[in-house]
Amino acid sequence: MQPQGNFTIVARIRAGATDALRQLLASMNVRPGVVDPANAIVPFTRFPELHFARLVILVDRTADDLRAHGRQPPADPDLLAFLGDCDRSGAQLLDRLAVEAAPGLRRLFAFCEGFDADTDLRAWMQARSLRPAAAYVHYQGRTVVQAAQEAKLRRFLEDWLDANGGRSRSTTELHAAMQEAVAGAVAAGRLELAPLTPMPWSWRLGQTVHFVGGLLVALLSLPVLLLIAPLFLLFLRHREKTDPVVDLPAATDHVAALQTIEDHACTNQFTALGTVKPGWFRGLVLRASLLAVGFAARHVYGRGRLARVSTIHFARWVYLDGGRRLFFASNYDASLDSYMEDFINKVGFGLNLVFSNGIGYPRTRFLVLDGALHEQQFKRFIRRHQLPTEVYYNAHVGRTAVGMDVATAIRRGLEVRRPSPARAAAWLALFH
Amino acid sequence: MTRPEQHDVQALVGHGFSRLKAATYLLLRIADADPAQRWLATLPLTTVAEADARRGLQLALTASGLRALGVGDQLLQGFAAEFLAGMADPGRSRRLGDVDGNAPQGWSWGGNPDDEPHVLLALFARPGDLDDWQRELTTTATQRGLQVLTTLASAELDDREPFGFVDGISQPELDWDGTVRRTGELDPAYHQRIALGEFLLGYPNEYGQYTDRPLVEDPGADLPDTIDPDHAGAKDLGRNGTYLVFRHLAQDVRGFWRFLDRVADGDAARRQHLAELMVGRRLDGRPLAGLPDDFTFAGDPDGRLAPLGSHIRRANPRNGDLPPGNDGWLRRLLATFGFGHRQIRGDLVAASRFHRILRRGRDYGPQLSLPDALAPASAAEPERGLYFIGLNASLARQFEFVQGAWLASGRFDGREHESDPLVGTRDRGDALTAGAEFRFVDGGTRPQRLRDLPRFVQVRGGAYFFLPGIRAARHLLRARAQR
Ligand code: HEM
Repeated sequence: MQPQGNFTIVARIRAGATDALRQLLASMNVRPGVVDPANAIVPFTRFPELHFARLVILVDRTADDLRAHGRQPPADPDLLAFLGDCDRSGAQLLDRLAVEAAPGLRRLFAFCEGFDADTDLRAWMQARSLRPAAAYVHYQGRTVVQAAQEAKLRRFLEDWLDANGGRSRSTTELHAAMQEAVAGAVAAGRLELAPLTPMPWSWRLGQTVHFVGGLLVALLSLPVLLLIAPLFLLFLRHREKTDPVVDLPAATDHVAALQTIEDHACTNQFTALGTVKPGWFRGLVLRASLLAVGFAARHVYGRGRLARVSTIHFARWVYLDGGRRLFFASNYDASLDSYMEDFINKVGFGLNLVFSNGIGYPRTRFLVLDGALHEQQFKRFIRRHQLPTEVYYNAHVGRTAVGMDVATAIRRGLEVRRPSPARAAAWLALFH
Repeated sequence: MTRPEQHDVQALVGHGFSRLKAATYLLLRIADADPAQRWLATLPLTTVAEADARRGLQLALTASGLRALGVGDQLLQGFAAEFLAGMADPGRSRRLGDVDGNAPQGWSWGGNPDDEPHVLLALFARPGDLDDWQRELTTTATQRGLQVLTTLASAELDDREPFGFVDGISQPELDWDGTVRRTGELDPAYHQRIALGEFLLGYPNEYGQYTDRPLVEDPGADLPDTIDPDHAGAKDLGRNGTYLVFRHLAQDVRGFWRFLDRVADGDAARRQHLAELMVGRRLDGRPLAGLPDDFTFAGDPDGRLAPLGSHIRRANPRNGDLPPGNDGWLRRLLATFGFGHRQIRGDLVAASRFHRILRRGRDYGPQLSLPDALAPASAAEPERGLYFIGLNASLARQFEFVQGAWLASGRFDGREHESDPLVGTRDRGDALTAGAEFRFVDGGTRPQRLRDLPRFVQVRGGAYFFLPGIRAARHLLRARAQR
């Protein structure tokens, strides 16, 4: 097992260069929505530790919504965002990228401000790296390599069952026979299953310190929080009743552009950008919310689900302009419609907690209630704020997050010695 | 809540005209809008209030039909985006499984702009009564500026679909009396009775909200008043209408039984058993062995009785908003945060109530008995299949969700390479809808798999229609006169 890291580079695009950049990005795809993984600009296949990566041009189509708060929208420059999730720290991956993908990255970043032929690529990227306010990993520790090996194992065992499962055997006999078959295949070099090492002690120590520290801070601030709670609620309710809701349909051409790049495989990308409601109050609530979300993602979830949602591989929330804007990026299974259904029916409270601090969000109550439950309003909000991802790389094409969890459970169960009949039966149910 | 005006609702919403055993679907295109709409406006559409009509006539319009009638952009924008884009829109084809051999380019109608229907006239009658009436209507239609794109005649109604299964058993129960009142609160239970607004526009849906629909700000219009408090005073063009999904699905009945016969090594009982596992019901419609009559799948989480990927379990997982067993406020709270289930896939599929469809289709083609189905096809094999008709207020959340996320998906419920055993596309590779396998359990514990399932169902055509209320139909058919 190995901890996952991520990188997020956000750079200003030179004035007037956005269209040309978009063309270069498009050249990395075999067709819209489908990347050539070995493309010349960023040859993703050279990075076997990379789970997902994307390149997005961040242009806020909803910037004008700020007018609903009586303010003039600032003229923000177009931004290029380059994101990745990997089996090492983001900084380490950037080091490798700066070496192995230098020519392509230089071509790419030449469209950005402050980059020319002499620029130190590594330092330039480092200077534009943002730390997500919160990040979620579906299954902490599972590497790209492990997932691929386990997927092969799952197929191998299914094929084996086809050929040998018919003979009547008890569940434990079946388990033992499958163990034996795998051992044989591994010995013959037909299967590879690198042993699962525990997470490094430094990571575990870091987790513990973070967890205990977080709890302590929460505990210590509890009296203060309780003290200000009534005032906070009063304030919050006032805001919730008066914050303007911006309920507009997403433009037809925008939706068409988004749909063109969706549903080419079972996993889709989602990138959205919005402006935080002006004023200190919402800014503060958002910071606190993301702190909580990040804490929960890091310590509570990370073994197959984020609250009730088990279709998200990786997700992150990133502040722009020192907290004036926020963007969200995720990798999810199935169609956007089913993703939004999960948002609404399963984790509406979590969505509300964070995004109700964004301009125009459907009306909430007590921060977590209603909001996303305004089903159609919410879906329009999502589509309007969503941005086309110009380039999307996925090392797990064809595999869902849950499918990988099933494979991992199959692998772990296989390695159990002499399971009880009930345990063997429960394990076999993973093949149902 | 106001009781729905049943005299303003086309009868198909209420029932499938099961006493009228003959049916024909006329797909028409509008060549000359003026006479066409004048004539269409005179048609006596059957309503839910006419419980024992001896004939049934229903009218529905596609988005291009509305455009051909001269319905203005502003009004059109009130309709659902999926309806306006149409079923054959490339983005949705990838989701619905209309790819490869099922791609719209290969449909016999509806796949291209020039063979898209504008108007659907559905005719229901007693077997002897249909032909003359149909001929008369067709003749008049062609004289009044309409062209017949296709005439789809259904087989005489019986209770079996072409593969031989009893069909039309499970339907959501319409809440005509408005007893279902939803506020958005999670409901851990599964219910057959569903809010009327899921099947009729203009009434509260399962979220307790009003599904988007066109409204008209003209107090003089002869249309129902909206009961949606957010739009008080407006006229509701959607009210008493709904969206109608039409899919022309050819069934390879021989292919189905011959495949099963092969994998069952000619064992008749085994063959039938495998077919029943694929459907998730027995041939005669009874639930699979071990499941009670009014079953859910709560007691069968691992699919030992009904395979997790069987057709009816995909099409309606029969679950509530939370994993089973989470009653009491503490369990519910825990479940809300993701601690209400132990199994990896225990909470992947939930909240069936938002994804129900009223099925009103009929089959076509000559029946084929099982022994005959095992023989190879003759040179002039007639086509048989299903004219699938589904009614729903939200195409995206109901039909498209069920068809895409549940039936066509090759990755449904954490499975891999497995789309619906009946209607799956069988394409290969990493496409969303790729899948030609079927998993089930034998003897309670032994996982089994069928591979290389052939495609049993081929899409031959399809379109999204709007099935208006009676007043709305008249309003739409006056669109040109009003401009
Ligand atoms: C030719 C294609 C199809 C065949 C042969 C077929 C056959 C069947 C059969 C035999 C049943 C069980 C009987 C019943 O419960 O009424 C059933 C149920 C059902 N089917 Fe299909 N079907 C087909 C296509 C579709 C499509 C395209 C959809 C929706 C997109 C669909 C949705 C349903 C639903 C919702 C049920 C009821 C499930 C329940 O509530 O338990 N079917 N189908």
